[in-house]
Amino acid sequence: MSTAVDMPRFVRAQQVEALPPPSLTRGPIAWVRENLFSGPFNTLLTLVVFYLLYISVPPLLNFLFIDAVWSGADRAACRADMGGSETGACWAFVREKLSYFTYGSYTVSERWRVDVFFALLALGVGWLLWLKAPRRDLGAVYFFWLFPVVSYILLTGGNADFSGRFWIGFLIFGALLIALFAFIAALLKTSLRPALIIGGGIVAVIGITLVLMDMDFGLEHVPTSLWGGILVTLLVATVGIVVSLPFGILLALGRRSKLPVVRMASVIFIEFVRGVPLITVLIMANTMLPLFLPGDITVDRLLRPLIGTALFSSAYMAEVVRGGLQAMPKGQYEGAMSLGLNYPQMMILIILPQALRIVIPGIVNTFIGLFKDTSLVAIVGIFDVVKTIEASRIDPNWAAPTIGMTGYAFAALFYFIFCFGMSRYSLGVERRLAAGQKR
Amino acid sequence: MQTVVSQTSPPKKSFLYDPKVRGIFYQVLLIVVVGYLFYVAATNAVENLQRARIASGFGFLNNTAGFDISQTLIQFSAAGSTYGEAFIVGLLNTLIVSAIGIFFTTILGFIIGIARLSKNWMVAKVAMVYVEVLRNIPLLVQLLFWYIAVLGPLPQPRNSLEMGAGFFLNSRGLFMARPIFAADAWVIPAALLIGLVGTFIYRRWARVRQERTGQQYPVGLVTLGLVLGLPVLTWVVLALVGANPITFEIPKRGTFNLTGGMQILPEFVALLLGLTTYTAAFIAEVVRAGILAVSKGQTEAAGSLGLKPGQILRLVVIPQAMRVIIPPLTSQYLNLTKNSSLAVAIGYPDLVQVFMGTVLNQTGQAIEVVIITMGVYLTISLVTSALMNIYNRRVAIVER
Repeated sequence: MSTAVDMPRFVRAQQVEALPPPSLTRGPIAWVRENLFSGPFNTLLTLVVFYLLYISVPPLLNFLFIDAVWSGADRAACRADMGGSETGACWAFVREKLSYFTYGSYTVSERWRVDVFFALLALGVGWLLWLKAPRRDLGAVYFFWLFPVVSYILLTGGNADFSGRFWIGFLIFGALLIALFAFIAALLKTSLRPALIIGGGIVAVIGITLVLMDMDFGLEHVPTSLWGGILVTLLVATVGIVVSLPFGILLALGRRSKLPVVRMASVIFIEFVRGVPLITVLIMANTMLPLFLPGDITVDRLLRPLIGTALFSSAYMAEVVRGGLQAMPKGQYEGAMSLGLNYPQMMILIILPQALRIVIPGIVNTFIGLFKDTSLVAIVGIFDVVKTIEASRIDPNWAAPTIGMTGYAFAALFYFIFCFGMSRYSLGVERRLAAGQKR
Repeated sequence: MQTVVSQTSPPKKSFLYDPKVRGIFYQVLLIVVVGYLFYVAATNAVENLQRARIASGFGFLNNTAGFDISQTLIQFSAAGSTYGEAFIVGLLNTLIVSAIGIFFTTILGFIIGIARLSKNWMVAKVAMVYVEVLRNIPLLVQLLFWYIAVLGPLPQPRNSLEMGAGFFLNSRGLFMARPIFAADAWVIPAALLIGLVGTFIYRRWARVRQERTGQQYPVGLVTLGLVLGLPVLTWVVLALVGANPITFEIPKRGTFNLTGGMQILPEFVALLLGLTTYTAAFIAEVVRAGILAVSKGQTEAAGSLGLKPGQILRLVVIPQAMRVIIPPLTSQYLNLTKNSSLAVAIGYPDLVQVFMGTVLNQTGQAIEVVIITMGVYLTISLVTSALMNIYNRRVAIVER
């Protein structure tokens, strides 16, 4: 047993003073040091960026806000030689022209109809985009049927005035269609009821649509040549959306079909449209569509680019939807089939609801592209936002050096708000959908 | 025990329930409907064309064009050139703006994409703002903006801004020195070719050596020296001995305009700026996604093997990221090429502006012109995507 314990030579009598907390691990200064000046290269980068911001942001703010001219009746406010200021944006110009940018040359006393159209559009979009909205199935019916019909009546004035021959023709067509359904049902030896309901339903929907279009609501007729501005931009975008989604789904199903002819037709259409620029499609719709129709039928000048953009975005939509269909596990298809569902039932009840849900971000991205692409109709002479700005820019009443820049700043702001909003929405949905996958 | 189940054949049903019969029925129906639509369209078109007295066929390509084009890479004159030549001029203009645009947008896009991933908060945020702003504004608005912003502040030709080294800037565009090639100028491309071949051989040799011995060679430096240095050296040596193969014609100030030199149209500059900055925003997102797609474990594993940060980036991260990046990158290149058709809005004479604009209006032969123009874009797209498919098959990860 050893008792030789080394005596400590030194025993601290009082407690060491606590070290100060490392001062620079939190707080704004530490954050700046960590994120902006963590090394020589980083510091250099930060300084370069600061310099770039210094030379770009203040002039921009000056132009847009500080030096901007906010009010004025004509060019005098924005011309230095007439006592105005021409170093900043001429917002007075935008204020003066705002109703033209919104409605184009739409008859002034009838502009409330356009406002109602905007409200109805907002209602439809909100109903469909808000994922927790009640009765979204009704929302779809509203957006894809009721809303287009009502908008057509509101904007043009309705009262299409179909001839008696047209109605007789429609009745014959309807009767034939119902008879065809009944005939098929008889061939298949199934009960007649569902066939009659489906056939009658189709005829009834088309009939109601036509009757509504034909009815005289006492609205003045406004020719499409007067429409313009935001109205046309939103119209082109909306028609593109309303047409491209169903048509794109059909094309996507066609491309995934086992029937070679159907598949080839879909592939050819999709790849053809995706391989050419939109502007060539628009020019084609503008110049070739009248050629392909019988000589006595003229296509409305606004309708031609509408058809062009709708076809164009359908092809892109088809590819997005195809992505969703391919992402469905095979078990879903097999499960549906083993339940004895036929192809339409399987698609409508099982596959499409899931597939479309996972591609909502892709669909919204396609809409963003479509919305930006609507500006191209200006090139074929349709008065959308860009074209109305171009037209106002050369107005001699507003001949001032900053007018062009101001107009484009306004256009940029308009498109940015819509597109950025949509992209945020798509990000939100993406995050929500991903939340379900995380365990 | 139940033994015989298969003896009872399923109840006989109408042949209409046979999926094969139904399939054939649907396909025939589709062919009939589409065929009928085409037939109606074709007969109407023939009738309408006859009524409007518009010729058909591609003979018009040999007719005299009778209009001038502001930028021509081949000899072109209003009086002596045909619509066919106008088509070539437009096509070349489209291709050149696309090629130069692709070059610059790749550089800018990669810089911004990497900047978005930077640890430097400022850099990342500025890159993000750039991407969001540029992506959410239509290209057409941006082009019009650039056109005005570029063209607007520039002075009249008589007050051209002199920028030194033979560069002049005025409202008619950027003027710069035009190279004039002497008869023996071929030696420079020849030197470049030798440099390229030499590089190729050297790289192979260096790789084989490295695999055998582990010794590394300065491949990058040698490449730079051979590819860039050799032609420059040739030029300098030739110039010193007095046989300068390339001389420059510098634009001179006249009373009203500049004479001589090479002119770059403001429309070209605006289109190039617009396409480059717009597409770069999309490429930045592609690059960011590609780099993020390389899992962190790869970087850590490479680090634990003792690779240096630069080597990790060069040998591990980038090759794997490129596999993710290149397919969407090509589709962005295609988008840029297709978007160059927006040139029509600012008057740059590209394929659409020259051929679908002027030629279509002059001849009225809409069908032929549209078919040719769409055919060009379609060919470019399909060839590119075919190449992409081959590439994808080559780089796809071979799974067990």
